[in-house]
This record gives sequence, C-alpha cells and structure tokens, in this order.
Amino acid sequence: MNSIRLRLFLILMLATGLVWLSGVVWTQYSTRAELRQVLDARLAEAAQMVSSLISDRRIDISDAAELASTPLPSGVSAYSHRLSCQIWSLDGTLIGRSGGAPAERLAGNVAGFDNTLIDGNEWRVYTVVNEHLGLRIMVGDSLAVRDRLVSDVIKGLILPALLILPALAALIWISVGRGLAPLNRMASALAARDASDLRPLETPLPGELRPFGAALNGLFDRVAAARARERDFTAFAAHELKTPLAGLKTQAQIAAMAGDDATRRHALDQIQTSVARTDRLARQLLDLTRAETVSEADPPVSAASILHEIASDLARTAAAKSVEICVDLPTGDEPAIADAGLLSVALRNLLENAIQAAPEYSAVNLSLHREGDMIRVRVQDRGTGIAASSRARATDRFYRGANASAQGSGLGLAIVATAASRLGGSLTLEPRTGGGESATLVLPMAKA
Amino acid sequence: MRVLIVEDDATLGDGLSVGLRLAGFTPDLVTTCADARAALETDEFGAMVLDVMLPDGSGCDLLAALRQQGVDLPVLMLSALDQVRDRITGLDAGADDYLGKPFDLDEVTARLRALSRRSDGRTQPKPSWNGLTLDLSRMEGGRDGKTLQFSRREFAILSALMERPGTILDRAALEDRLYGWQEGVESNALEVHIHNLRAKLGPRFIQTVRGVGYRLAPEDTV
Repeated sequence: MNSIRLRLFLILMLATGLVWLSGVVWTQYSTRAELRQVLDARLAEAAQMVSSLISDRRIDISDAAELASTPLPSGVSAYSHRLSCQIWSLDGTLIGRSGGAPAERLAGNVAGFDNTLIDGNEWRVYTVVNEHLGLRIMVGDSLAVRDRLVSDVIKGLILPALLILPALAALIWISVGRGLAPLNRMASALAARDASDLRPLETPLPGELRPFGAALNGLFDRVAAARARERDFTAFAAHELKTPLAGLKTQAQIAAMAGDDATRRHALDQIQTSVARTDRLARQLLDLTRAETVSEADPPVSAASILHEIASDLARTAAAKSVEICVDLPTGDEPAIADAGLLSVALRNLLENAIQAAPEYSAVNLSLHREGDMIRVRVQDRGTGIAASSRARATDRFYRGANASAQGSGLGLAIVATAASRLGGSLTLEPRTGGGESATLVLPMAKA
Repeated sequence: MRVLIVEDDATLGDGLSVGLRLAGFTPDLVTTCADARAALETDEFGAMVLDVMLPDGSGCDLLAALRQQGVDLPVLMLSALDQVRDRITGLDAGADDYLGKPFDLDEVTARLRALSRRSDGRTQPKPSWNGLTLDLSRMEGGRDGKTLQFSRREFAILSALMERPGTILDRAALEDRLYGWQEGVESNALEVHIHNLRAKLGPRFIQTVRGVGYRLAPEDTV
C-alpha cells in the first residue's frame, strides 16, 4: 500500500471501529447484568408484596395474583409486560394465577430464584413460601423480553454509529488529506521547476518534512556545484578545441593559396599533425568523462596484460621518436585490477606523457610490482621532468607546466589522477634520480 | 612590416607565420610571454599578434605591462575566449583589435594593415605617391591604369617607403623590415631589389641619398 493517505485512513477507521465494537460488547454485558439485577429485584419485591398482602388479609387470595402482574409505572414502559403470578398451596394445588400467567407450574418447590423452561420459553421465577398460610407464591417473567430489552439498547448504540461512520470516514479522509497538504505543495513546487532551477526549496515545511527538505536542498547544492564544474569544463574544453581548429583553418587557407609546392606540402603536413593532436585531445576529453563517471566497472583483469597492451599500442609512437619502452613485470603471480578500463586510461596517458618528454634515443621504463594488497605501477622517463614551480598544479585540468611541450592539452595528468582515485589508489609524481620524471600509481588489487 | 606573433600552439603559430609572410608581412614567432618581452626589447616591430592563453601567463597581463612601459605598437589579440566579456578585457588591457578563434587568415592580415595604417596616422587604405597607388591587400601597384606586379620583398620596400613619403629610410631600417630572424640577410640584396623597383617604376621614383639611405622623390618630379 503506497498511499500514506489511504494507509492512515484505514488505520484510523480500523482503530475507531475496534474501539466502537469493544464499547458495544462491554455495554451489552453490563446492560444485561444491570437489567437482570433490576428485574430480579422487581420479581422478588412483587412476590414479597403479594405474600405480605395475603398475610395481612388485605386482599383476597384470588385477586392477589392479578396485583403482582400490574405493570410498573417506571421508565421501562416501552417494555411493559405483565409479570406472571401463580399461587400454589404447599400440597401442590393451584389456588390462583394472574391473567397472562401460563397454566403450567412456573417453578419447582425451591424458594428464591429459579430458571425454568415453559413451552420453549425460558422464564425467570421468584418463589416465596408463606408457611403461615401454607402458600407458595411464584412471580416470573419471560427472558425473551429481557433479551429484547438488551438488544434494543445495543441497537440504540449501533444505529447512530452506523449513521455517523460515513461522516467520520469522510472527516478522517479530509483531515488526513489536509495533514498531507505540505507534501503536495512541495511536490507541485518541485514539479513546476525548470530543470536548471536548483535554488533551495523555500515552501514552509512542517517539522516532519524539514529533514527531507534539508536533504533535498543539500542535493540541489551538490548538483548545482557539479553542474557549475561541468559548465566551466565544457567552456574550457571548447576553447581548447578552438585553438587547434584555428590552426587547421589557417593552414588549410595557406594550402589553398600557396603559390609553391613546398609551402603547400608544409601546410598539409601541419594539418595532419594538428588533426592527430586534436584527435588526442578529443580522446582525452572522453577519457576524463569516463574516469569521472561512476559506471559499471569492467571485470577484473590481470594488470600485467594491460601494461603489455598499452606498451605495444604505443610502441610505434615511441619508435618514431627513437624511444624504447622497457617493461619490467614480476614473474609468477598475476595481480588483477578491478577496473581494466580505468587502468588502461591512466596508463596510456602516463606512458604518452613519458614518451613525449623522453629525449631521443632514451628509454621509458614501465614496471609493475605487487606490495601486499596493492599494485605499484611506475612509469619513468629521462625528460626534463615537471618544473618545481608547476608540481603543485600538475594534475589540474588544462594546466600546462613551464616545462610542458606545446603538444599537450594539459589534461593527461588530470585524467590519471582522477582514474587513480576512482580505482581507490593514488598517483605520485616525483623527480627521478639521475634526471627525468617518475610517476607511480599505487592501486588496490581486485578482490578475488 | 615586421610582425611579432605570440602564439603557443605549434600549428597555429606556423600557420600565422607562413600566412603573414605570404601576405607581405615579415613575421617572427615566439611562444611565451618571456620570449615576447625579449623580442620587443631587441627588435622593432610594426605590430604584434598576441594570443591570450600562453604557457607562462596571460597575454592580457603581458599587454597591460607593456602598455605601462610605454610600448605603443598596434596589437591584435587572438583568443579562443570569444565572449563579449573576454573581448572587453582584452581591449581594456590595451589591445587595438580582437579576433576570436578560429579566424580567417585574410581577416587577420586586413586587420593588421588597418592597425598599421591607423598607427601611422593614415586614413587612405591605398597609399599613393607620384601617380603610383599601392593595393596592400593584393600586393600590387597601379599607375596610369596599368597594374604593376612586384615580388614580396620589392613590395615590402616600396610600401615601407610609401608609408611616409619623403622620409629617408636607412639600409638597416629597410633590412629590418625585410628579414625575420630565420632569414639571413644577403649583403647586396637590397640594392638588387631597389634596382628592380627602378626598372618597373622609372629611374627617378626612388632616390638614393648617398651615405644615408633611400627615399621617394618629391611629388610631381617624376
């Protein structure tokens, strides 16, 4: 059941119904008990009265039975009925009986209260034995009348309840609805919003909704911050793409208007180089997005196989610069890494940087070692290294250090750092002893 | 005209160099603020093409500092930052003109010519003297309804002399306009170019001031 309103409504209706029902049951019992007391007392009084009147000889025995069955003038008039009275001699002869009394004997020989069954009806009878006159006076009434009385009282309770119940239901339905109105206001305020509107929610909220509102506003803040970062990044990326585009356009115009072959060929060469670099920039932008997006991780893969793959991918680039890639892998066990895609992205960028920085006829060293639960991947070159003044900002996006080549986009190390932190590891950049740069990735091994 | 290009992107820098040379300018390319400063201290330039985002700082900051030092050469700013706000920042830093990337090479050269014209105090886009009119964008001259073709270097010398007719330009000043850093100065090349110019324009159009340099002959004397 997903509707709070419906749920509250049913709970309240059920609770009210239960309270009512127990009230009815309780009333039925207590009414029955009280009625029995009152009517029993009347039976006893009537019997005693007849007995004492006969003893005093104030009335004739033959009339006495009629007297006892005179209806009471009290409030139970709606249920007025004649009590039935029989007067028996002690030897068992019927001396007199009231008009409505049955012909059969009402009770046995016991004095006091007794229940008997006559013609299928249950009777309550009180018997007084008048030893002095040798009489047995029996006054009784039918229990059916008592039951009718009780059931009428109960009906009196239930009927108004049944009438009130729909009204109560409507009232509960409306009140619950009104109680939930702040939720609806909040929902409509949210529904009416533009996708770019991330201002905090300002509808006044009741105490119960305030934590929810605060959490929502917190989320808005975070989304707004992320979007601002994204916007900055997009603007920056667009600018970074515009420069190579300007270069391409200029070179294309030169190629079109150049009078001599040498100039034209030079311009076309430049265009090819620039396209390759722009392509790398585009790939790096995608890499960065990939490194930042939380997505389903690639399956664990042997880290060594990724090292081999990247090294062979970049072998041509390295060879073009007469740079050798030396790969140093541990023999024996093959540590696996959780997300092959992220490691590839990080490693490719590190190795590309190293090849670009490496002087001609030098080597770039790529090594993999296992240290406890961690994998240590190191890429080392003999280039100029990162300038000391640029070290702190080396992993900032689009930051190009003082020693950086004009070829770079300033994205490579930002990608590596992001990928490393996504893998739960870290990137360390330090000057290499003997010259050059040493980049170390320390990454957790995939859990088997 | 010597033009200093300050642009760190290799392809674009190369394109601008080649393009400006093809359009009759004598360009020199540097890639950092520091190199730009050094170049301006050692050489005389007629204009500067300046990128905003440079590896060692902002072109805007460099320009503001240069203007403070009294450097008044015309500056055309190039930037990928092409919002109105960025243009205003650039112009307020002291740029004379602003172009957003990517741009048209012809527009760059046209704007450079306009900047140089304005800084020389000229309003006529086609300088003329003694019946000769120069079309700077097409690198050709016209006289008596006839079109005259010149080589790049010849045209550079002629337009330099026609910027301020009557003013004597010495050999060093002319050579400075002809050769960038990459180009070696040939010892008697200047004389060869002047000789060719005289062949096309008549022997008295350009006068030699012995021991000083060259100038255009006074008007109506040719």
